[in-house]
Amino acid sequence: MTANLNLWLIPVLALAGAAINGFFGKKLSRRAVTTVALFFSGAAFAMALLVVVKFSSLSLPYQEFFAHWIRITGFSADFAFYLDQLSLVMLLVVTGVGFLIHIYSVGYMWDDPSYYRFFSYLNLFMFFMLTLVLANNYLLMFIGWEGVGLASYLLIGFWFTKDSAASAGKKAFIVNRIGDFGFLIALFLLIKQFGSLNFAQVFSSVVHLSAGPASESLLTAVGILLMVGACGKSAQIPLYTWLPDAMEGPTPVSALIHAATMVTAGVYMVARSHVIFERAPTALMVVAIIGTLTALFAATIGIAQTDIKKVLAYSTVSQLGYMFMACGVGAFSAGIFHLMTHAFFKGLLFLGAGSVIHAVGGEQDMRKMGGLKSFIPWTFLTMGVATLAIAGIPPLAGFWSKDEILWKAYSSPNGSWVFWLIGVLTAFITSFYMFRLLYMTFFGDYRGAKVDGHGHAAHDAHGHGKPHESPMVMLVPLMILAVLSLVGGLVGWGNHFEHFLAPVFGTGEATTETASSFTEWLLMGVSVAVALLGWWLAHLLYYRRADLPQKIADAFGSFYETVVHKYYIDELYAAVFVKPLVDGSTRILWQGVDRNIIDAAVNDAGEGARHASNEVRHMQSGNIRSYAGWIAAGSAVVIAFMIWMWTEAR
Amino acid sequence: MVPSYVPLSYYLLLSGFLFACGVVGFLIKRNIITIFMSIELMLNGVNLSFVAFAAHWQALAGQVFVFFVMVVAAAEAAVGLAIIIAVYRTRETLNVDQVNLLKL
Amino acid sequence: MSFHLILFLAFGAVCVGGAVNLLVQRHPINSALSLIAVMAALAGEYLLLGAEFVAAVQVIVYAGAIMVLFAFVIMLLNAGEEENTSGSRIAVLVGVPGMLTGSVLMAWVVLRHSGTESVPIGALPGHPNDIAQLLFHDFLLPFEVTSVLILIAIMGAVVLASKPEAATGKAD
Repeated sequence: MTANLNLWLIPVLALAGAAINGFFGKKLSRRAVTTVALFFSGAAFAMALLVVVKFSSLSLPYQEFFAHWIRITGFSADFAFYLDQLSLVMLLVVTGVGFLIHIYSVGYMWDDPSYYRFFSYLNLFMFFMLTLVLANNYLLMFIGWEGVGLASYLLIGFWFTKDSAASAGKKAFIVNRIGDFGFLIALFLLIKQFGSLNFAQVFSSVVHLSAGPASESLLTAVGILLMVGACGKSAQIPLYTWLPDAMEGPTPVSALIHAATMVTAGVYMVARSHVIFERAPTALMVVAIIGTLTALFAATIGIAQTDIKKVLAYSTVSQLGYMFMACGVGAFSAGIFHLMTHAFFKGLLFLGAGSVIHAVGGEQDMRKMGGLKSFIPWTFLTMGVATLAIAGIPPLAGFWSKDEILWKAYSSPNGSWVFWLIGVLTAFITSFYMFRLLYMTFFGDYRGAKVDGHGHAAHDAHGHGKPHESPMVMLVPLMILAVLSLVGGLVGWGNHFEHFLAPVFGTGEATTETASSFTEWLLMGVSVAVALLGWWLAHLLYYRRADLPQKIADAFGSFYETVVHKYYIDELYAAVFVKPLVDGSTRILWQGVDRNIIDAAVNDAGEGARHASNEVRHMQSGNIRSYAGWIAAGSAVVIAFMIWMWTEAR
Repeated sequence: MVPSYVPLSYYLLLSGFLFACGVVGFLIKRNIITIFMSIELMLNGVNLSFVAFAAHWQALAGQVFVFFVMVVAAAEAAVGLAIIIAVYRTRETLNVDQVNLLKL
Repeated sequence: MSFHLILFLAFGAVCVGGAVNLLVQRHPINSALSLIAVMAALAGEYLLLGAEFVAAVQVIVYAGAIMVLFAFVIMLLNAGEEENTSGSRIAVLVGVPGMLTGSVLMAWVVLRHSGTESVPIGALPGHPNDIAQLLFHDFLLPFEVTSVLILIAIMGAVVLASKPEAATGKAD
């Protein structure tokens, strides 16, 4: 390695920002807090750009050692960093989008009393996410993994005095934890088999592992367990239920964590572990199936939601499903491509939704919006761009990445037309519900109440007369992200992105194509057509014939109700898992073990001593003669004992 | 069959009997002065056994010890009777059953 | 039936009778007089054993001083006949059988171990000369300590038995 990049600075800068704001933020002025937060996250971004500049002169993969951590016989893990094309992409996404969202949050959270705490948590999240992305071994990555879960909990439950927010934070953390359990077991298996968690060592050991049923079943187990961890973090079936609830947090949090970065950690982890997955085809199939099913499932729920943020949440789950589908058919670079473009347009969508909510003074129900395009034109413009992107209309970013995934799903040796079909269906539904969101929010007549000053906690300082545009500090990030959504996909032109990531995914990439380029153009046309179809349907139902949706809903009756209630999955989990656990814990562990056994043992010991002494105390009657009587009796006992000893001795 | 000499055990039995009478007196008497006298009786019984053993083993130290016992008995009697007087002043009674405040 | 034995039994009878009488009498002064009789008889026993000095001291100190002290206190406090209250059943129920058991055990031991060795009359002559030798040579320290003990007893008795000072603080 010829250059020393000081990679460690990137996460540490974020940590410094978090520490300063966390410890001193309460005493600092709002301007000072803003300066600290923006400076440190901006510095991290600047360092990332510096890395880009120096990138071509590095020999890859570039590893940088920071400090010793664990050094015991048979195992070692260090604080060390790993840089290759994959981490570079992730690094840029995390720091870049993160920095933009920091700027946006200055405007969004300006009126919040816990302003400093928000930025402290946000910087803390950046620190952990950067650790996760730059780590060179699974253990350090796991620290970042856990840390982003913690930051997510803190930020979802930011307004913790609200019961629903606190519960949502808890739910996120606990469901994440279930996934982490799988991840940990995978790590244990890796340690047991390979004695190391270092990426370079593990992957080379896996490649050189002799083929055979034992090693394949081990790698399959590791792969599936890693996927379990990814399901928890990236909200796939069956551990996705926390993401919709996580919308309780402030909107910038939803944008950063639940759209652009944290939920993509699972995809990154699976992509990083591609060596393991490539030698365990069963695990890869599991990944693909879960991803595909989740994509379709979440999209169907998104159709019926009325809360603007919930629609976007289910959309995120669905798009993550796409990324896993890509990884599952071996097209890892396609998955990462979609991760990047998704960060752009989904981040933009969430920030735009935040702007909308800010404009209407806190209302999140789309049925009470409408006709906003004349009030908030810039927001409308940028959200329109994002909607076009996510629907997959060329030449915007989403088209390139989503089409890449669909093509690979069809043509890759691990793929099949079933995946492609479900993917296309999901694309149709995605386009439909996104344009539905757009039409319901921005077109038609304004259905909202006369907004009169009671916005939600972040901005209730100004009296609302009618919906108004957001300040520039919130609009500029929107515009930047809109530009990125417009042009960000062009790196996919001519497979440039895939070639860029080829050194990482290299020989494992399923690059052999089994169909001709004519098929490729045909399928591309199908996906565009499907997107346009979804747009047309939304236009019909929500713009021209606004009475139709209700009739359709009534026609479907109870099925529609089921979809609105998210297929009652949350209730199912509550009944099957949560309630027995809580009941068992209450009745067996708390009342049975803790109260009746442990507490009782201690209490009864005390009670017993008390009762015993209560009986014995009657000896102290104050009467001299009774004392003398006891002495006489006692002395008789002693005399008898002494005589017995004496006769024994003789 | 009573022997014609005095065996040691006779002295010891007498001593034991005096001691036992002292103890019984302590237990069943209610007048505090009488209880004190029972204590003196116990001490006397013990003195007798000391002297008897001294004679048996030809050890004069036994008799010297009796001397000391008597000194202690005298001191104890003096102080004890002083206490009795003090108690009588406050409690107006010589009944030991009524001096029972030191109880739990 | 040697003379030794007769004398022993005579004195012994007086001892026993006096002790029993002490228990039986209700008025403390009667008990005191019985105790004096016991002490006198004991002095005779001591003489039979040859302990002349001890016998003399017994009569002078014990019967002559201590019992007189007792008599004075009985007179001072105007102790009357004993009341018949029953304050403690434990003492009688537990104490007496316990004591009796102990005594029986001791008696059994005594009889088993030393049943037949005889103690001739005047077995160990306890001349004052010999006792003094022991007292001022081997037992000098205890002797001096007893003098301190008596001093303390005197002070204690004086303090305890003195009239309490008047509550208003006027020294009396």
